[in-house]
Amino acid sequence: MKHNIYLYILVMAAVTYLIRVLPLTLIKKEIKNKTVRSFLFYVPYVTLAVMTFPAILTASNSMVAAGIGFVVALILAWRRTSMFVVSLVSCAIVYILELFM
Amino acid sequence: MSGAENINRKNYCDGMRDAIPIALGYLAVAFTLGIAARNAGVHALPATIMSLTNTTSAGEFAAITAIAGGVGYAELALMQLVINLRYMLMSCALTQKLDPKFSIIHRFFIGFGVTDEIFGISVARKGKLNPCYMYGAMSIAIPAWTIGTCLGVVLGNVLPGGVVSALSVALYGMFLAIIIPPARDNKVIRGLVIIAMAASFLFTKIPVIKNISSGMKVIILTVVISGVAAVLFPLPDEEKEEEEANHEA
Repeated sequence: MKHNIYLYILVMAAVTYLIRVLPLTLIKKEIKNKTVRSFLFYVPYVTLAVMTFPAILTASNSMVAAGIGFVVALILAWRRTSMFVVSLVSCAIVYILELFM
Repeated sequence: MSGAENINRKNYCDGMRDAIPIALGYLAVAFTLGIAARNAGVHALPATIMSLTNTTSAGEFAAITAIAGGVGYAELALMQLVINLRYMLMSCALTQKLDPKFSIIHRFFIGFGVTDEIFGISVARKGKLNPCYMYGAMSIAIPAWTIGTCLGVVLGNVLPGGVVSALSVALYGMFLAIIIPPARDNKVIRGLVIIAMAASFLFTKIPVIKNISSGMKVIILTVVISGVAAVLFPLPDEEKEEEEANHEA
């Protein structure tokens, strides 16, 4: 490696921190514009949905096990099971299914 | 002992509690990150420092590969900008959620904690967001991410593969627990979640488009889908009663 690893890390950390902190510190007022407010209200749901599917299917070793884990997590979440339980049960299902695959 | 202090402590504890599934998922994902770092020739100390100071899975995975290939500093900066730009959207959304009672100093600190997962649980809080909630979550999640990375480099393949594989779905289970209950209650959100997942799936299949990085994909789809939804289904007007509060200057 001809470059310095710590300089690499500094560059990464600085860029990533600025991305995170700039909006937080620059937008101090409550936004009144209805369209912008609505946009920001929908952002989390869309972002998390985009990141979850189909990425969950390739997260573990077996796509079938992950797919079943996904469906079970969907059902549990629909029934308002706590985050911790949804998370743990989907892991357990994937673990057990993969033992048999 | 003031009431505000009690509320802050309560928020901190809630944050720690809600971050336990995040920490579990982070341990697993960071462990695989550590293995990737080890394979790329990055040692334990720099890998650990990288995770402590960045806390971004996709960004770090991409960086490790790039660093192993001797990428330039500017190129690395640009890469991180593109992959992590989604945090900017999240931070924008958080500005509208934060309790205005807290000073701007707090915003510099919570800025460290805007990850996909901590953002997810923070926006899911009822009412205004107390920064102490995020501090609580960060105090559990960031050490888990950092320690997981370190263990991955040092221990390599000691942990059974099945355990690492299964824990990798933890974060996604958590995301579902965040978005599905509101989707059940609100038709618009339900439609958006379905469209977002379908579009995300298509993005992995359509030629050319499937080459777009995952970070960029998140940005494009979030902006387009949320933007269209904001125009078609604007939120009802807020009550005027909140207007007069919080002008202490």
